[in-house]
Amino acid sequence: MTAVTPRGAKPQKALSPRNIMLYGALVIFSLYYLLPLYVMIVTSLKDMAEIRVGNIFSAPVEITFQPWVKAWSQACTGINCDGLSRGFWNSVRILIPSLIISVSVAALTGYVLACWRFKGSEVFFGILLLGAFIPYQVLLYPLVIILRELGLFGSLWGLVLVHTVFAMPINVLLFRNYFVALPEELFKAARVDGAGFWGIFFRIVIPMSLPIFVVSGIIQVTGIWNDFLFGVVYTRPENYPMTVQLNNIVNSVQGVKEYNVNMAATLLTGLVPLVVYFFSGKLFIRGIAAGAVKG
Amino acid sequence: MSSARRARDGARPPIRLLRNLSSKLAAIPMVLVGLGVFVGGTIWTIVHSFTDSRLLPRLNWVGFDQYERLWSTRRWLVSIENLAVYGIVSLVLTMCLGFFLAALLDRKIRFEDTFRTIFLYPFALSFIVTGLVWQWILNPDFGIQSVIRGLGFSGFNFDPLYNPDLVIIGLLIAGLWQGTGLIMVIMLAGLRGIDEDIWKATRVDGIPIWKTYIVVIIPMMKPVFVTALVLVTSGIVKLYDLVVAMTSGGPGISSEVPAKFVYDTLFTRQNLGQGFAASTMMLVTVAIILIPWAYMQYREKRQ
Repeated sequence: MTAVTPRGAKPQKALSPRNIMLYGALVIFSLYYLLPLYVMIVTSLKDMAEIRVGNIFSAPVEITFQPWVKAWSQACTGINCDGLSRGFWNSVRILIPSLIISVSVAALTGYVLACWRFKGSEVFFGILLLGAFIPYQVLLYPLVIILRELGLFGSLWGLVLVHTVFAMPINVLLFRNYFVALPEELFKAARVDGAGFWGIFFRIVIPMSLPIFVVSGIIQVTGIWNDFLFGVVYTRPENYPMTVQLNNIVNSVQGVKEYNVNMAATLLTGLVPLVVYFFSGKLFIRGIAAGAVKG
Repeated sequence: MSSARRARDGARPPIRLLRNLSSKLAAIPMVLVGLGVFVGGTIWTIVHSFTDSRLLPRLNWVGFDQYERLWSTRRWLVSIENLAVYGIVSLVLTMCLGFFLAALLDRKIRFEDTFRTIFLYPFALSFIVTGLVWQWILNPDFGIQSVIRGLGFSGFNFDPLYNPDLVIIGLLIAGLWQGTGLIMVIMLAGLRGIDEDIWKATRVDGIPIWKTYIVVIIPMMKPVFVTALVLVTSGIVKLYDLVVAMTSGGPGISSEVPAKFVYDTLFTRQNLGQGFAASTMMLVTVAIILIPWAYMQYREKRQ
């Protein structure tokens, strides 16, 4: 029998000066990061009279959901006064096909690069990665021409194509790196059993790679939902995504500024990526870390 | 790796091009995007920046005229200056703040997940949302300025979005709010990769914590810093939505940035040649930043 000796670091008192400074700094920074979310929420729940006399940081005296209703169904952009709902549904109609197509194309390309290399495939991959660093402004107009030639300019499908193109570098890299790490014996066994290119992809690779599909999906949902530039350039006003419509509502010069409606609209637009963020937790961070190693 | 071997295990079709056919078919999107859009599009833009295209692209050569005109346009010069100021300040502050927050989170604290979630959530929001919220908070009649004046400091002035000299500060406050979380996460991953024994050794030697960070940890994290640097810079060059949402380039032209200059020149003022010259300059800027980095990566791999 041996005597029990204390192990590990010496326990610290909860209120040591070190802890006060550490947690003090953390709390102060948290305030900076939380402040805008708080201001958005309280402003969107006040009526205009209260905003005019009150303090931007004070909690609403009388909670009203009228600004939310107005932002969703009555706010005006130019001549249209049917609210942000139009932009929301446009964004949904852009998001779903863009998400499915961009993730599928990226997964398939990653699979080729990881498991079925051919002469020159690495060169094309290198070119694709370089594309991640080209400023979008360089490619804006060439893509206008490409879409016009394809007859897709101004349509939702044109925008879907643009999102797929710009999603490729980072997502292909993501899938490729994941697939390379899968055990090679599996492929050999599948080959022996007579599975080919597509058989291995659908029956072995995809079922084993759900986490990376989720990571790529998260990157794409937030990226596509938050896009502004492509929405402005490649769609017509009736197809504008939510971010573009939001900016038009808030920054419109006509009429009296209704700050509560503006903040409700801003919060509504931010809600989708926020929900994705809060529910995906660690996977979101993994997606970012994957994005960080690009290049 | 052995994947090439893996592909060759099967029977060889007689014609080389047909070997591994499904794989080549599946690679078509990559080839089209890489060559057709990225390479083709870039060349197309560069070529057309040497023409006098206005409403429609055409190949009427004018040499470097567009570039000369560009560099004598006040709005472009203001854009470049703004980008330089915003870029340098935001780069330094993002790196410092990102590292500082990561170091705080790495001190084996409680509620680490909560704090990390708080610091990172703005990154999930778009620049439009970011810009509009801060536009409201910085509103001189209702926001911070009015609140502090209401506390009795009636001479307090802070209206960056309406002051041409301070407008970049307004953009910085919002930009840092949105972007530091990302760098924090990357730095935190770097800190977690550092061997626990190093901390033990410095503790045994009695080196204070802050000094350990500066003398030991940061030099060890060089690759992480380089990655973060490249990430932040390529984001800064793209700066567009935030400006549109917060200031629309105003007051006057005092918060114009190159990305917005290109968009406006191409699509509102329909002066294509000028827009192509400006976007080519953006590409050159990125190349100047990236080529040394790519060279460094390449040399490190060879060693």
